[in-house]
Formats: sequence, structure tokens, C-alpha cells
Amino acid sequence: MKTHVTTRINDETVEFLCEPQQTLLHVLRNELGLTGTKEGCGSGDCGACSVTVNDRLVCSCLVLAVEADGAKIGTIEGVASSDKLHVIQEKYLEHAALQCGICTPGLIVSTKALLEENPNPTEAEARYFLAGNLCRCTGYDKIIKAVMDSAKSLNQGA
Amino acid sequence: MAEMIYQSPKSIEEAVNLLAASSGSVNILAGGTDLIIQMQANIDEPRVIIDVKKIAEMTQAELTEDALLLGPSMCCAALTAREDIKALFPGLVESAYLIGSSQVQGRASVGGNLCNSSPAADTVPALIALNAMCQILGPGGERTVKAEDFVTGVGRNCLAEDEFLRCIEIPRPEPNTADAYLRFIPRTEMDIAVAGAAVSVTVKDGICSSARVVIGAVAPTALLVPEAAACLIGTDLGTADLSAAAAAATAAATPITDRRGTVEFRKHIVGVLTKRAASIAFQRAKEN
Ligand code: FES
Ligand code: FES
Repeated sequence: MKTHVTTRINDETVEFLCEPQQTLLHVLRNELGLTGTKEGCGSGDCGACSVTVNDRLVCSCLVLAVEADGAKIGTIEGVASSDKLHVIQEKYLEHAALQCGICTPGLIVSTKALLEENPNPTEAEARYFLAGNLCRCTGYDKIIKAVMDSAKSLNQGA
Repeated sequence: MAEMIYQSPKSIEEAVNLLAASSGSVNILAGGTDLIIQMQANIDEPRVIIDVKKIAEMTQAELTEDALLLGPSMCCAALTAREDIKALFPGLVESAYLIGSSQVQGRASVGGNLCNSSPAADTVPALIALNAMCQILGPGGERTVKAEDFVTGVGRNCLAEDEFLRCIEIPRPEPNTADAYLRFIPRTEMDIAVAGAAVSVTVKDGICSSARVVIGAVAPTALLVPEAAACLIGTDLGTADLSAAAAAATAAATPITDRRGTVEFRKHIVGVLTKRAASIAFQRAKEN
């Protein structure tokens, strides 16, 4: 039986119908066309599907779509403003912190969550917080440089 | 695809009634970090999912004069952010902080960890060390079970089919009491315990006056080891006392060999963890 869900995604009210066993990841990508959120593992291990639910960072593959009813969802599509990339996105580009790009949306959503919670992380804190976002291409070093540089820019109000 | 029903009760009473009225495979959904994976593996099994996170008291934590009343479904990220709870129960908070990634901590809960009843669950030894009590509710009313009696085997616990965990009650520690939890994993984060140890100690005039030692991931359930606690009580946790406690923990462990560790390694490392967790708890207790 399909359930009717009303939710807010990136500050817009969205309604959809879903089966109770469908994950939020599935609905975002396959029903709502929000394909920026990626599926790596489908089991909570890779972080490619990272989104926020009520401002809390989660794996959307481990959330049922029906749970989104009445909640507030944030995805990669809501990170940039209409005409400008977010500082974190610019820093990822500047530091060449991506290669194939599959991990990137999840990492950017997680980086944003990290810096909202801890605007001035040490490198160790950043690495620990982002440990659930796996990247098989970059070796992480450039990612961490982008994260640390994002923190610096955001703190300077740039 | 098999029929699945999702329910999200708004009150404890509603949850009790739904649970009593549902038949077949019924699951309580807390953070879903175990359940949703299990559901995907058995997609053909019809089931009823009762999501308890819309019930306010299930996801909140209240510190009263006597105890912490922990909503079983409060996510670990919310728990570890609570400085007031961390100040009283640093070991419990560090055990919650070790579960999975930041994303997993945004969903996974202490109650879910208990009810999933994995031998390697990180928060379970910490709960046992703290004398936590599990308040269980069903159609017949409420009963309370000690944390050490909750998990009964690998993936099994004392809940009847129509019961659920409605609160975890952790008594406020005595003065000069503190806890600590340590685990061993091959990586630095995001892994499942190969062995773990939680210790709570009370210190009077520099001497340990009471202690609880619990070991995890080295038996089908977390084990309270009174023999190890006995080695600490009445001492100042000198090298010989700590070694005796470690030996007692090693002796109590009945681990298995799997790809994450051998029997010999697990028995050895659980002793080392016991010793170190005891020292940390002792130091903390002296300072508070
Ligand atoms: S797809 Fe969700 S964590 Fe990998
Ligand atoms: S850039 Fe390819 S997985 Fe990270």
C-alpha cells in the first residue's frame, strides 16, 4: 500500500507516494529526480547517500522514505544558492578534491554538517567526522585540505 | 513484494496497543541502522514496522535528581552532544561515540543497540557497568530488567513479542565515581569491536571502594566480571592489581575466532582493555 508523504526538501514542500519499505535514497533519486545524492553501498557504509534529516547528518539509504513525513530534508541540491556555489564546493574544486565524483555530494553535505557543528575543526576532528564518507579515488588528502580551507574561509566570512 | 505496514504512533499507549494488535513479524523501528539492512535482506517477508521516534519521550533524555531517564531511541549524536550527560557518564558517552560513522550516529540509538543484541554492541557493556535498568512495557504492564539480564544470546533478548523498551534508567553515580569504555578495532574508527571493556569505579581516600567490570565482544553476550572487580576493590589500582583484574577478565572471556580476531588474541586484548579502562575510570573518579 502506498503512503502519502509530505515533507520539506531544501526548503520546498514536496509530496510523494511511496511504499513503506522504500528508502529515502530511492525516493530522492528515482521518484523525485534528485540524483545528486548517490548510492554506493546501500548499507550505511560509504556515505555517498549523505543527507540531513531535521538538520542531522544521516545516510539516506538507512532512512525509510515514509519517515520523511513532516521532516525537513537537506540534500546536495540545496547546498549552492541559485547563482553561486557554496564556499565548500568552491574549495573542493580549488583543491581538486574529487576525481570520479561519486563520493563528492556526500562529502560536501557532510563537510557542511561538520562545519556547522564545529566551525573550527582540527584536522583529526575533520578526518574523524568524515570517516563515514569513503572515497576510492583521491586518497583523502585533497579532501581534507579543501575542508580545512573551507573552515578558514567561512570563519573569515569570505 | 510482500506487504509491509508502517505505523508511527504518537504516544506510548498507542505503541503498546499497536504492538498488541499486530501479528506476524513486527519490528520496532528506532534508528534503523540494523533493521533497515535486515529488511532489505529479507524483502519478501511481510512485516509491520512500528516507528517509535514520533513519541517524544522515546527520543529525549531527562536528568532527574536520582537518575538519567534515557529515551531508548535518542540518536547517539544527540546523546554525545549532551555535556551534562557526558559529565556524569563519560564511559557511556564514549561508547555511543564509537558506533559507526557520524551519519550512523545521527540515527543509531542506545536502545536500538541493546535490542539488536549483538555481542559486539559498544553501549551494552557501558550500560551494565552503570547499573542501568531497562523499563519494558507490554499489554500486561511494565517490568524492569537489569541491563546485564536484557541480552540473552547472540541477537536475542528478554523482550516478548508484544513488549518494547520504553526507557533506560541509569542511576546517578555516587560521589567520586566514574566510568570508562574502551574497545579494540583494527582501524581507528568505524568498525565493530573485536573486544571491549567498560569499567565503573568509586574512589574513597584514594582507594577503590566499589567497581563493576564488564567485557564485550568476547562471549555471546556482554559479561559482568565480578572476579575482575574484586581485584580492584580495596586497592589503589597498582600495577599488580590491574594485572590481576586483566587476568580475571581474560579468564572470563569465551570468545570465538573469526576474521576480526582469534580466541587467543581476544582473550589477551580484553585483559589489556580492562586494565586501561579501569585506570581511566579511576583517574576520572579521583578528579570528580
Ligand atoms: S549508499 Fe548509503 S552509505 Fe553507502
Ligand atoms: S572521487 Fe571517486 S570516490 Fe571519491
